[in-house]
Amino acid sequence: MFVKDNMSTKDKLITCVIYTVAFSAISILLLITIFIFRKGAPLIFKIGIPNFIMNKTWAPLGSQYGIFSMIMGTIWITAGAMIIGIPLGVSCSIYLVEYAPLIIRKILKPIIELLAGIPSVVYGFIGVVMLAPFIRIHMGGPGLSVLAGSIILGIMILPTIVGISIDTLQAVPNSYREGALALGATKWQSIYKVVLPAARNGIIASIILGMGRAIGETMAVIMVTGNSANVPHSILDPVRTLTSNIALEMGYATGDHQQALFSTGIVLFIFIMIINTNHLLKIYFYYLLYLPLQFFVL
Amino acid sequence: MADRLYVKNLNFCYGSFHALKNINVGFKDKTITALIGPSGCGKSTLLRCLNRMNDLIEGIKITGNIFLDEQDVLSKKTDLISLRKRVGMVFQRPNPFPLTIYENVSFGLEVHGVNNKAQIEHIVEKSLKDAWLWDDLKDKLSHPALSIPLDQQQRLCIARLLAVEPEVILMDEPCSSLDPISTMKIEELMFELKKKYSIVIVTHNMQQAARISQYSGFLLMGEMIEFDETSTIFTNPKNQKTQDYITGRFG
Repeated sequence: MFVKDNMSTKDKLITCVIYTVAFSAISILLLITIFIFRKGAPLIFKIGIPNFIMNKTWAPLGSQYGIFSMIMGTIWITAGAMIIGIPLGVSCSIYLVEYAPLIIRKILKPIIELLAGIPSVVYGFIGVVMLAPFIRIHMGGPGLSVLAGSIILGIMILPTIVGISIDTLQAVPNSYREGALALGATKWQSIYKVVLPAARNGIIASIILGMGRAIGETMAVIMVTGNSANVPHSILDPVRTLTSNIALEMGYATGDHQQALFSTGIVLFIFIMIINTNHLLKIYFYYLLYLPLQFFVL
Repeated sequence: MADRLYVKNLNFCYGSFHALKNINVGFKDKTITALIGPSGCGKSTLLRCLNRMNDLIEGIKITGNIFLDEQDVLSKKTDLISLRKRVGMVFQRPNPFPLTIYENVSFGLEVHGVNNKAQIEHIVEKSLKDAWLWDDLKDKLSHPALSIPLDQQQRLCIARLLAVEPEVILMDEPCSSLDPISTMKIEELMFELKKKYSIVIVTHNMQQAARISQYSGFLLMGEMIEFDETSTIFTNPKNQKTQDYITGRFG
């Protein structure tokens, strides 16, 4: 009993330190949020929320601050990256966990995860040097386009999707696979009807994380998308995203213009917040992706 | 009565480990046959040969024959899907799929191409009744299967199997994770199922083998030491090792 007193003082101290550390991490986040809103919110209210979000004209010199084209740009690029990244990433992880011999999985998984370590400027460089000319020559348009951005981003989010999906699929108990096979299911039936539903939440989480990465990515996107602040009409049009807008103009912006960039940041912030409250998105993904897939496959 | 399923000169190697040595045994129709023996004697391996579940393991070598209605199960030409439909398996730990109760039972039907919804519903109901689950679960068909008690989960696994109408049911220590009362329920169920199916059960529990089986095989170190009617094995074994095992001198 007499030891307990001693321990509890030490315990209290450690608890106190941990609390402080945890709260400072949270408060930093909180401060950043407050800062962005304080800098950006006044302008939004000055020109009005509808005018800010729905106006297609971004002309800082003429005091026109409409970010509609950038919102659409972000949505197009992210959607494109998802269309490329999800099928590649999910099927890659299914192959590696369910079909590939152990040795191949052990070699390939670290290599795919290494993709995450390549600086984004390198991806952008490859996009500018190889992808954009290829698109310009073979498909038309300026080459620097939604398509180029989507392809580069789709590849950039692969490590996120594959890494987490593999872990989730590996965590599915083998007894599920055995049970399905013992009932006479084929390998694909056992994967499709038992393993994937069991791993559903993890796979969706991986997709959401990948999506967050795609929305936030700036450098590679600036390099390959052309950055013209117009609403794209086809995947071959150049486009500017919310992140590119901030990065491109922050260097020289002053006054209202600078505030407008912070306002862009607020919109981006809200985008990310929506994605990370993923309970909604889980349901969303289930109905948008998983159910239609069922009809296609069976 | 002729043997429905019989094993002839079966040898099984896992890497350099000779897990089954020259096994010869027959399983009769509409009877329960128990395989007993200490851990690692090869009884589960033998059971898993019967529906080729061992194929999932890399680095194995099987020689010999297993005949089901005079067709060689181990032949390369065997269609594993129809084999496993005919020879179903219940596992040691209840392994219902993380789906609803209904989907668990309808799973087998769907993978075998039954599309008629009314027919599926009918078979699901019948299978659950045959596994004595219908009264407990009829109002919970859309609940997740993992939410029900373990013994019901195990009976759900049996119901899921009954839905595809197998001919032989293999049970790999089906009661080892259940309490005595649940075990009793499963055993009663097996008695009922015996009327229609041939059942092969691997068990650690000698009392269980004595209670439920008509025939018993005693395995030791990969060899079938003795195979006979259960009453003979337990009261008058011919082999000294069997005698030692059932009297609890080792194992």
